[in-house]
Amino acid sequence: MSHHIVEVKELAHAYPDGTEALKGVSFRIGHGEAVALVGANGAGKSTLLMHLNGYLPTERGEVRIGDTTVTRETVALARRAVGMVFQDPDDQLFMPTVAEDVAFGPLNAGLPGDQVERRVAAALERVGMSHVRGRPPYRLSAGEKRAVAIATVLAMEPDILVMDEPSANLDPRARRRLINLLLSFEHTRIIATHDLEMVVEVCPRVIVLDGGRVVADGPTFELLDDEALMLAHGLERPHILRHSHPH
Amino acid sequence: MGVADWIDLGQMDELGRMDTPVHRIDARAKASVTLAFIVVVMSFPRYEVSALVPFLFYPVALVSLGRIPCRHIARKILVAAPFALAVGAFNPFFDRQPHGALGVPGGWLSFASILLRFLLTVWAALALVACTGMNRLGAGLGRLGVPRVFVVQLLFLYRYLFVVSDEGGKMLRSVEMRSEKGRPLRLRAYGPLLGTLLLRSMDRAERVYRAMAARGFEGEIRELERPSFHFEDTLFVVGWLTFFIAARVWNLADGLGLLLTRILA
Repeated sequence: MSHHIVEVKELAHAYPDGTEALKGVSFRIGHGEAVALVGANGAGKSTLLMHLNGYLPTERGEVRIGDTTVTRETVALARRAVGMVFQDPDDQLFMPTVAEDVAFGPLNAGLPGDQVERRVAAALERVGMSHVRGRPPYRLSAGEKRAVAIATVLAMEPDILVMDEPSANLDPRARRRLINLLLSFEHTRIIATHDLEMVVEVCPRVIVLDGGRVVADGPTFELLDDEALMLAHGLERPHILRHSHPH
Repeated sequence: MGVADWIDLGQMDELGRMDTPVHRIDARAKASVTLAFIVVVMSFPRYEVSALVPFLFYPVALVSLGRIPCRHIARKILVAAPFALAVGAFNPFFDRQPHGALGVPGGWLSFASILLRFLLTVWAALALVACTGMNRLGAGLGRLGVPRVFVVQLLFLYRYLFVVSDEGGKMLRSVEMRSEKGRPLRLRAYGPLLGTLLLRSMDRAERVYRAMAARGFEGEIRELERPSFHFEDTLFVVGWLTFFIAARVWNLADGLGLLLTRILA
């Protein structure tokens, strides 16, 4: 049984105020794939992400993680399989020290102390943040916070990583580090972002959302290089492609 | 300096992580002794002042052995002081009956007693948090048998103080930037401001909760280390309880005074 596959079928969601954020979204992401989820503000990206680990209950359609349909009963399983990195690291880091924050997930999973410790050390090592383990998270720089937020999720050893705007608020060097880190993961990765230049480097596949629907799903170079498609959905053809495909 | 700096919650966390003999005492021991302390201090009759003085020993001991900077605690006591002042401020006007050998009006005595009790209890509670850390304290309370719902409420209340003070700080800054220097904000502007603060804090709290839920939070905050109760912890509890009982039964301040006069005479 593999948990690495994410399948969404005809997923629809309306908020209590009547806003239809998702109007029938379908896609399938295979083991180890890195997929970017792009779209203008309000396209439904965040709503979609909140369904992937069962934070929003599925009303219409289906979300499958591996062989399991996400329902109220299987939500714990989905949360173990799907590691979610949120947009604002300040929301994600709430314990007094970095190490305690990274240990939060494994402790909730009921792991014994020595295993928790091993996972904390490994996760911090993985993102190059072992040196800040005793510091309070709010004292870190934006780049360090982002790396630690990723470590908190890695410590849960998920099969799938879901990230919301991972490169937001990062300086160029921190962003470069993040890109290298993302490239080094072998997890299935779903990255919602406006940073199309990063998408070109990290994700071979792109799903374009607009108005709660998937309007395009295919190879990154093809879709992002399609100026008409990009402009029609509030996006822009990334510079990096302009240079590599001169007309 | 903003509200957040004044309350300076972050420093409280840092103090809680220090390693001193007081910090090493089990959270359960410190929590129960502090609770006993508060109960005993509150149990004195309303005009009592001198018998309360020896109780200063407990918070002073916690703070000095725990190497907690006095300024830090003093600031927080000042934040809460208006409440105690408001409670006792009218006593001197209503109760003019003279009391004791010096014939001090009862109202002044009870006012002083309220202030002293306030100082003692708030000081002890702050010292407890500063030399235990909120999370360890919460876990300790949980192991003492306090219902989990209350413990989690307490921890969230504390955690969300950061959230609210953060949001409040940001809003104040944007208000300052758009208002004329030196001109106070019109009273009417505070209504929507507070409303926005509430909504923003709720949104933020929701996001924090979402992040916790994503990492498998199911209503229980677990700790990395599960400390066991040592001999020192027992000694701490027994020692302080003995002192509290002695100080409650005998007026140690008077006793000390009598002893000194007898020695000198």
